[in-house]
Amino acid sequence: MNIQKTAAEETLGFMLPTRRVESFHYTDLRAMLRDLPAEASADGGDNGYTPLVDTHLVSFNDGKLSGEQVLPSGVIMTADAAKANSVDINDAIVAMNAVSAGDAVEFVISGDATKDKPLGLGHVSTQAARSGTYHKVTVKAGSEGHVIERHTSSGGVASLSTTVSELVLEEGAKAVWYIIQQENEAASRLARLNVTLEQDADLSIFVLNAGGKLVRQEIKVAVNGENANLAIRGVNLVGDNAHIDVTTVLEHNVPHTNAEELFRNVVAGDGHGIFQGQIKVAQPAQKTDAQMACNTLLLTDEGDFSAKPELEIFADDVICAHGATVTDIDDEHMFYLKARGIDEKTARALLIKAFVDEVVEEMEAGEVMEEALTGIIDSWLDENV
Amino acid sequence: MLEIKNLHVRIAEEETEILKGVNLTVAAGEVAAIMGPNGSGKSTLSYVLAGKDDYEVTEGDILFNGESILEMEPDERAASGVFLAFQYPMEIPGVPTMNFLKAAMNAQRKARDEAEYTTPEFIKTVKAAAGELNIDFNMLKRALNVGFSGGEKKRAEILQMQLLEPKLCVLDETDSGLDIDALKIVSDGVNRLRDPERAFLVITHYQRLLEHIVPDSVHVLYQGRIIESGDKSLALHLEENGYADVIARAA
Ligand SMILES: Nc1ncnc2c1ncn2[C@@H]1O[C@H](COP(=O)(O)OP(=O)(O)O)[C@@H](O)[C@H]1O
Ligand SMILES: [Mg+2]
Repeated sequence: MNIQKTAAEETLGFMLPTRRVESFHYTDLRAMLRDLPAEASADGGDNGYTPLVDTHLVSFNDGKLSGEQVLPSGVIMTADAAKANSVDINDAIVAMNAVSAGDAVEFVISGDATKDKPLGLGHVSTQAARSGTYHKVTVKAGSEGHVIERHTSSGGVASLSTTVSELVLEEGAKAVWYIIQQENEAASRLARLNVTLEQDADLSIFVLNAGGKLVRQEIKVAVNGENANLAIRGVNLVGDNAHIDVTTVLEHNVPHTNAEELFRNVVAGDGHGIFQGQIKVAQPAQKTDAQMACNTLLLTDEGDFSAKPELEIFADDVICAHGATVTDIDDEHMFYLKARGIDEKTARALLIKAFVDEVVEEMEAGEVMEEALTGIIDSWLDENV
Repeated sequence: MLEIKNLHVRIAEEETEILKGVNLTVAAGEVAAIMGPNGSGKSTLSYVLAGKDDYEVTEGDILFNGESILEMEPDERAASGVFLAFQYPMEIPGVPTMNFLKAAMNAQRKARDEAEYTTPEFIKTVKAAAGELNIDFNMLKRALNVGFSGGEKKRAEILQMQLLEPKLCVLDETDSGLDIDALKIVSDGVNRLRDPERAFLVITHYQRLLEHIVPDSVHVLYQGRIIESGDKSLALHLEENGYADVIARAA
């Protein structure tokens, strides 16, 4: 087969996956990225990143490190790390990141210096341009790492930002990683988080998608140490015209590990939402316990959500379960609220909030962070429902 | 206050008629009881008053303070003072009862062009009302009606009624599922709200409730029609003799 490269692909130097590549079935990057923006210039706008909560902040402006970084002694930063690359078509986002201008930064966290004040990786795109940032975070054995990765963009700017993050939890390390995506409705974002868990590691990931035009967030976890524990939770708020894809791949490679995945999604207007959840349990990985659930609230007939669970299990003594539901707002619930004088819009917002807030609560994020997250959800509901 | 005129109702998109010409007038200050065997249309009547859109009014009218409410949405009816205490209150997962109460109470205030409650004001008001109804305040931090016992749900309905200060209170079998003590608490709650400016429509199977909430009038609903009306002695008669002779008289 000899397909002509698109102009975008000429620029990138490689072919983008079409819907024929199974992992991109719902997100045809070749078709969706015909108009590839140019690389961001180094001296971008001067709109700085505005933090959500108080963090040890490392901020990126159009992919470039900006401002001062004042980090505690337990966090060591190296600013000129090497980006990852790949020629596997399934890693198209990694390849795209490698050929998009942006900084690569490495952090090593030891002790609990980020426990009360997390490491903040704050991004803002100010140009209708392409950027690529790379982070590598290692949480040393027995240490605790708290990271808030957040992506924003100036109003109406059609940026295309990519991020590849690597996270390694050494033996007995614990980490909480937030990915908060609040791009504007014209901006696109392609991201990958690669995780390695060693023995007794405990990781909790929270993904909040509350913006963006084309968004794909991939999370790939290699569970390599016994008794490792993983929770991935997320809320995907898919607005009118938005295409939001969360794709996760969990590889259980050793015995006695747990993973729990829970996503709640809300689709407004003619938004498209996608969740692909792959769980691979290798033959030695006996006693794996992996649970996956994906629940969607469809607010209109025009929107849709595709959920694709995929289990590849080669061990025989495992517990793996998955469930996906798609519902609309319960008329009986609506009637009850309206019969108490609550108007339609407020009643809908209360019910939608109830649906997604449950996942936020499970994070036990602490008062400040929980308020920040529900605040983002509230303002999305205000604008989209 | 309430005039129901020749009301015919069927399930939307179905043929069967459930209410077949109901006529009923309830004056301000009056407590009217509606009794009747299962399936006679009592809950249907209460839902139609509240504006549930599963039901279609094919003939007749409902006037509230002289104006038809048929074209009004449920929230508009509630804002104008109609309250239904549900026979089966909905469980709404994830919505904390306090958040719900605040939204409902502020909606009422907004409808009356009053300022919203401040948080301390709101909490104080709810705490006082909950105390009177013997409701544990901690219960109100939980999701609305989720995991509440039957009696707790009914008391929560009366709590809402007390807090929203409606003009027309429709109580659909509020006594079912209540033990004697809870029945007393709920009835006292209702009696405290009796007011020359407020009307009650109390739907029940049992005379028992009407010993506590003494009605001014009693109406028997059977097969979608009011077949007999009287004073509180009619309820006593039904308690002793069942519905058979009233039904026979109407036939
Ligand atoms: N939503 C509905 N769908 C179908 N039938 C209904 C519905 N609501 C009520 N009915 C029927 O209408 C009749 C009256 O019911 P209801 O109003 O609940 O009576 P009551 O409250 O007096 O026991 C019953 O025959 C019942 O089955
Ligand atoms: Mg009934």
